[in-house]
Amino acid sequence: MRKLIFGLVFALLPALGLAAGAAVPLDPMEPDHTNKASLQRGAALFTNYCMGCHSMEYARYKRVADDLEIPVELYEENLIFTGAKIGELMKISMSKDMAAGWFGAPPPDLTLETRLRGESWVYSYLRGFYKDEGRPLGVNNIVFDNVGMPHVLVEMQGLCAVKPNVGVGASVEPLSGNVNNADVCPDYAIEGTMTGPEFDQAMWDLTNFMSYMGDPVKVERERLGIFVLIFVAIFFVVAYLLNREYWKDVH
Amino acid sequence: MQKLINWVDERLPIVDAWNKHLAKYYAPKNFNMWYFFGSLAMLVLVNQLVTGIWLTMSYNPSAEGAFASVEYIMRDVEWGWLLRYLHSTGASAFFVVVYLHMFRGLMYGSYQKPRELIWVFGMLIYLALMAEAFMGYLLPWGQMSYWGAQVIVNLFGAIPVIGEDLSLWIRGDYLISGITLNRFFALHVVALPIVLLALVVLHILALHEVGSNNPDGIEIKKNKDENGIPKDGIPFHPYYTVHDLLGVGVFFFIFFIVVFFFPEMGGLFLEKPNFEPANALKTPEHIAPVWYFTPFYAMLRAVTVDFLGLPAKFWGVVVMGGAIAVLFVLPWLDRSPVRSIRYKGMLSKIALVIFVVSFVVLGYLGIVPATEGRTRVAQILTVLYFLYFILMPFYTRMEKTKPVPERVTG
Repeated sequence: MRKLIFGLVFALLPALGLAAGAAVPLDPMEPDHTNKASLQRGAALFTNYCMGCHSMEYARYKRVADDLEIPVELYEENLIFTGAKIGELMKISMSKDMAAGWFGAPPPDLTLETRLRGESWVYSYLRGFYKDEGRPLGVNNIVFDNVGMPHVLVEMQGLCAVKPNVGVGASVEPLSGNVNNADVCPDYAIEGTMTGPEFDQAMWDLTNFMSYMGDPVKVERERLGIFVLIFVAIFFVVAYLLNREYWKDVH
Repeated sequence: MQKLINWVDERLPIVDAWNKHLAKYYAPKNFNMWYFFGSLAMLVLVNQLVTGIWLTMSYNPSAEGAFASVEYIMRDVEWGWLLRYLHSTGASAFFVVVYLHMFRGLMYGSYQKPRELIWVFGMLIYLALMAEAFMGYLLPWGQMSYWGAQVIVNLFGAIPVIGEDLSLWIRGDYLISGITLNRFFALHVVALPIVLLALVVLHILALHEVGSNNPDGIEIKKNKDENGIPKDGIPFHPYYTVHDLLGVGVFFFIFFIVVFFFPEMGGLFLEKPNFEPANALKTPEHIAPVWYFTPFYAMLRAVTVDFLGLPAKFWGVVVMGGAIAVLFVLPWLDRSPVRSIRYKGMLSKIALVIFVVSFVVLGYLGIVPATEGRTRVAQILTVLYFLYFILMPFYTRMEKTKPVPERVTG
């Protein structure tokens, strides 16, 4: 056993390099944690569609309610399904062992997902599902090949019949004014309730919410940072004058 | 107040100590900006100790609870996020400051006689700091914590005969586990800080015994006035205490930009895979140590040939260890009659530039995935790194040095 682990790790050493792999092109996503409306829509989406399987077990409901300015009663009524108290961690009732049996691996906790993979990855991944009969659940993902997750949002987006154009981005033809790639999916096998751009907006909100969950103090941190830097700048001026006063006689 | 001071002073030489180390410690008056980094290293050390103590209050050193407790600190502990970012950014800042401090020593020959011991103590601090940083990095118990520790501890396994038992002894288990985490925690928060502090005291006592070097590399004690005070010296306090405040201001400005706006520093200070809890069954795609270890990591990877019947990985470890060990004997490699780079010859200047470029580029190569071409470059740079030291006794003696002035220049 010892030999095996040892050999394994050393076999890895050179391979560490190869790693990184071929990067899939992603659609850029710049989160905006000050956009409370977007964060609220994202919270609703996450709670309704993701939290059946994915916990956010490092965060507490109360913090989300406070930061997103959702009244506690409203939050408890509409966004807590497990009977948890508002001050509790955002855990789920699905057991990890059973989930591993159903999906191959337990669905990961998503509190820090955007910090692990980046917002652009999550945004692209959410829009990257397409029909693939070769997979057990009938879908595959362009960003995460052979993913074990079903296309949970199929009723909203519909099911893309071909590989979606993630990472291409919409462009306007200068002569005709036609917009190319306005919809990430050029051909649907099943139609959804939302249009392409509507779904993009919804996924942007969802990613934005996940980004907030990964780094909930970001807005406050950056606000404070400005004051700290101003203080240090004033400190420097005082230190500079003090230093000049002391050193003026040294030649 | 004076009475109280007198009372204590009759029982403990506080006035003496104050004078010896601050008010009547005469430092050369021509320090330039490179001389900020010693006091800044002390500042960062204090930052690490204070934030570390408070982090310990909420951290849970167990395999089951470590990762969640860090997120608890980040989310539920009042100002926990600030303590944590000050500590994590401070770790990187420590190395930035120490590397610049060491470069200053190289540039102005601060390791030369009679300051050999100061340099050796400094190198021991650097060594203890590396151990401290390495063990601290395991504590968040993320994927990179785990696999980084796994790879580094396994390096000891490359030592013939005793290697495997040695790495087993370090881990306390057949793979990195909660047992390893607990002992690393103990070493990180108790043992190594004590060692670090003791070494810092020795470093400074040795410095104050022989006095500070300066950018001209002149011994200011050779030129004293009628009172026995060096003509080119000024009392450390208040002159350099107020002067160092300038350095503190600039340092804090940069430091807080990182803490408040870029705490991950694009994955350099907090690596992305570390936002996923440690998992012994899932290896990250690309394991890279934190940036301050990468020059040595690149050297380790650069050795690709078996030799004398021993595998390449063993020689990689030898090269990596040698790269650090060779720094210890630096004071005895420099045979130049002058200290400062200002008065050394062209060869020394070229050698220093090549050395710095090698170190920095190796640091970059240690971060990115290896390719055949990059490995080749790393091999060349590793050789250049060692040539700086191996050839030093020759080029420092044969080159023509410039005359050193009697008194310090601006």
